[in-house]
Amino acid sequence: MEEANYVKQLTEIRTMMDRSSRFVSLSGLSGVLAGIYSVIGAFGVKYTMVHFRPVYADLSNTGFRIILSIAFAVMGLSFLTAVILSVYKAGKRGEKTWNSAARRLIINFCIPMIAGGVVCLSMIQHSLYGLIAPFTLIFYGLALLNASKYTLETVRYLGLFFLVLGLISTQFLGKGLLFWTIGFGGFHIFYGTFMYFKFDRQAK
Amino acid sequence: MKNVISHISKAFDHRIRLGIMSVLMVNDSMEFTPLKELLDVTDGNLASHIKALEQENYISVTKQFIGKKPNTSYAATSEGKLAFEQHLNALEQLIRQSR
Repeated sequence: MEEANYVKQLTEIRTMMDRSSRFVSLSGLSGVLAGIYSVIGAFGVKYTMVHFRPVYADLSNTGFRIILSIAFAVMGLSFLTAVILSVYKAGKRGEKTWNSAARRLIINFCIPMIAGGVVCLSMIQHSLYGLIAPFTLIFYGLALLNASKYTLETVRYLGLFFLVLGLISTQFLGKGLLFWTIGFGGFHIFYGTFMYFKFDRQAK
Repeated sequence: MKNVISHISKAFDHRIRLGIMSVLMVNDSMEFTPLKELLDVTDGNLASHIKALEQENYISVTKQFIGKKPNTSYAATSEGKLAFEQHLNALEQLIRQSR
């Protein structure tokens, strides 16, 4: 009986440590939806590239402006979906969404993302377009890796996959859209489905 | 065996006190309200357990004003961290011995 009590104490300690330092209300479904937005976006970009030829990275170029808008729309929608589904999931678990763990998750995710964003902008500035796709994948992977300490541990593996995909894509310049679709589309859908069946379904 | 038991601190012999220390081990500091929500306890209940830990010198209390609102945050002292680690080690040993 005593032993059961000690084990229970240890379990409680672990739960409190995790709950106060990790944000666990991320839903697998938001990953799946982000992936679907990305695939739709990729089709949009492909269509734009064919339709508005020639497309080059200059804000006065219509095709480039459309592609940029698609990219930001996909990013914005994915973020919004993640927030809405997290609020919903946290509500069901009886937790506050905007706690210190959520704050730390976002800050630590944003640090590599902002650094990556600045790097990509400077690459546009210096006309190094070919490396933009690999760098976005690499920095996104690093951001996930950094953020994984503050949320579900499995996010770490998603980050590693993005990192490897980004490094591979450095050898296939000009195939950026394909790698983007594999990563932001394929990885997200695959990983989101896995997470959904592993965590969300169980909770119901 | 006796030696191990002596490290099982009486101060942590309650679910809420154990919870407060667990949270403060992994967070540099935490304010009253988030702590209350995490542990799912009432104001009075949390306050009394905080006082008990404070008297043991295991946690430190910082009171300050943010604008006009009073704001109280708590952190584990190095003494508290050491005691909690010893408590954890003792728990582990007890479990291992009884296996």
